[in-house]
Amino acid sequence: MPDAIVLSEFAGIGMPDWVDALIRLVFIVALMTINALALIYLERKVLARFQARVGPTRTGPVGILQSAADALKLLTKEDVRPHSADRWVFELAVFFVFVPVFLMFIPIPFTETWFIRDLELGFLYVFAVLGLNIVGVIMAGWGSDNKYALLGGIRAAAQAISYELPMLLAAAGVVMIAAGHLLDGGLVGGALNLNTIVDQQRTTPYLLLQPLGFVIFMIGALAEMHRPPFDMPVAESEVVGGYFVEYSGIRWSMFFLAEYTGLFLMVMLGSTVFLGGWNFPFGEDAGLGLQIVLTLAKASALIFLLFWLRAMFPRLRIDQLMAFSWKVLLPFALLQVLANGVILAYGGPDWVVALVSLALLVSLVALIYVLMRTKAGGDSIHLEPARPRLVTSTEVAPGD
Amino acid sequence: MAEQVVMTEPVAVEREFQTVDMNINMGPQHPSTHGVFRMVLTVDGEVVKDVIPYIGYLHRGAEKLSEALDYRGSLGFQDRTDYLAAFCNEWVHVNATERLAGIEAPERAEYVRLILSEFNRVLSHLMFAGAFGTDVGFFGTAFTWAFKERELIQDFFEAVTGDRMMYNYFRVGGLAWEPHETFVEDGHWLVERLRAGVADLDALMTRNEIMIARCRDVGVLSAEDAVNHGVTGPMLRASGVAFDLRVDEPYSIYDRFEWDIPVGDRGDVYDRFLVRMEEMRQSLRIVEQALDQMPGGGPIVAEGLPARLRPAPAEIYQRQEGPRGEYGIYMVSDGSDKPWRMKVRSPCFHNLSALKQMTIGSYIADAVIILGSVDIVLGEVDR
Repeated sequence: MPDAIVLSEFAGIGMPDWVDALIRLVFIVALMTINALALIYLERKVLARFQARVGPTRTGPVGILQSAADALKLLTKEDVRPHSADRWVFELAVFFVFVPVFLMFIPIPFTETWFIRDLELGFLYVFAVLGLNIVGVIMAGWGSDNKYALLGGIRAAAQAISYELPMLLAAAGVVMIAAGHLLDGGLVGGALNLNTIVDQQRTTPYLLLQPLGFVIFMIGALAEMHRPPFDMPVAESEVVGGYFVEYSGIRWSMFFLAEYTGLFLMVMLGSTVFLGGWNFPFGEDAGLGLQIVLTLAKASALIFLLFWLRAMFPRLRIDQLMAFSWKVLLPFALLQVLANGVILAYGGPDWVVALVSLALLVSLVALIYVLMRTKAGGDSIHLEPARPRLVTSTEVAPGD
Repeated sequence: MAEQVVMTEPVAVEREFQTVDMNINMGPQHPSTHGVFRMVLTVDGEVVKDVIPYIGYLHRGAEKLSEALDYRGSLGFQDRTDYLAAFCNEWVHVNATERLAGIEAPERAEYVRLILSEFNRVLSHLMFAGAFGTDVGFFGTAFTWAFKERELIQDFFEAVTGDRMMYNYFRVGGLAWEPHETFVEDGHWLVERLRAGVADLDALMTRNEIMIARCRDVGVLSAEDAVNHGVTGPMLRASGVAFDLRVDEPYSIYDRFEWDIPVGDRGDVYDRFLVRMEEMRQSLRIVEQALDQMPGGGPIVAEGLPARLRPAPAEIYQRQEGPRGEYGIYMVSDGSDKPWRMKVRSPCFHNLSALKQMTIGSYIADAVIILGSVDIVLGEVDR
């Protein structure tokens, strides 16, 4: 397992550790900004195509400078704070949203050697830091002194609590398999290291072994990032933007920056854990250039999937969202963990794990399908031939 | 000696978890109140406990103004009451005036009026589907898909009348001018195109699992309540009452066509959506038959119309089936060239009265889609 690339060696000059760390931080910030600008532009373009529009076209060739122009506009706008807002809570909330996302970057492997730090418990760390995000959201909701913001903040809290659990359990399934494989190779531990997890997927990405895990993970990621169909905290047609309704200018843009960085990180995590990151399908011998292309291609595919879902799905209601998590996703995630445990304990081969997970996924989809069809209750409207007729009182008021 | 202290049994104090109700002001600038409608929701957490609707932000006094203009001059106001169904309203107005003055429009004009009004119904329902999609949470996809088709209808209307929204095309006794030459062919093309468009929307929305979860059994209105509230149109039919003025009080030439009235069984939001989707298909059926039957030539305006209409003193109430329900005009003539009294019975105003009953006990998110399912047009509520 190679170590993280050392910048001083890479650049061929000696530098103290703090310079090294600083360069890494600058790299994160630059990546965050460029990523957010690019993703916003791409999302607008992709959604526009789904919606029979063309999207931004006026700013630069094919509108490519649109996000940059928007960013400039936001930076020059006045930073308004409502008179009755709780000053410190309101102003600090942004950072509580921003910093956890920033911290999440650290263990994400872009290639075999490109990451900020190789954390032994990287997987756990990502989820732990992700959970902090919600503090800022609640602060924003509470500090704005706005009822819509409050509703949005509380919704976000309920959502985060509900969806982190199935998401973690889905990820736990992967870790179990990775640990099993490592144990077969004579290694104890290391299964929570993201780079090790990628390394394990040389021949088979975990998507094939844990399809249910992947689906639950992506649903959890959607909910975590407040993406449709789980965007109640920011639902425009209900709470008009939710917790950041009172923010403007640079603070508002920082929320957006955090949101799109979070999106990017979630798909990076998804591609690392389930799609084999930089590894599959070319193996670990793939060169640095190919590895980064692989990682980004997989992440892009997932991002496109999220855009697609956004275009094609309406929004769930808050109680349905909670019910879906606690009554459907959580039991299925637990079942998968249980099944993995039993199979691995008795030394079952990988294809059994895959088959069980696939069976669970099929039953999950079937369950939703059947439930909703039952709820819809077949054709509830019927057609009455329109023949001229007289109105009778019994027809107008049944029950009288 | 100290007195003996008597220990009393500790009294069990019941403490309920106290929650504070919150008033949320939704509108008039809220994105999903469809115009300048305002409702104050009293919520306990996410559950709506009370709704107070406020209307009147768009009141322009169209009824009173109509009394200051002659019978033909006030036609323009009808375009602006329910601006999504301008042809349907114009038709009510000219029909009312024609009945009052004893004029009969030529057959060809009736066909053109009917075709345009039915297209207008489709246009209005498309707008409903799009806006409702946004309410339910489709990020604009339903909206743009619906508007794509709606644009085609507007193009067609523009070809006929020269305007995309405020047509002012019907006249007392006929039409303003001859429709363009390719009226029938364009109409047939449009019908085919709209069928595909409605099927697209259907595929996007109707069977969507989340859509079903959101809309089924939400905002239920029983047939009895619907009738008691004076609810008409698709909302009434979704509640299970097969009442359609085109059939129950046939006017114009509706008795010449074959079509079906969609009637819902449960009266919830989902039924209202389904009924409207089906009504679009049925309207297209009517239009297709009308285009086939339409006489190729002939006058479009009745002959011998007086320069100034001075109907004999009488009163009249003409009601017709608009996209939202019973649109009626009550006119009183005193023998002069202006109506002495003019009153519009707008369907949305009455449909909106059932809002409170439908909304209480549901979630905030439901309140939005229930309001969406009423399909209000504020211009017509406030007039």
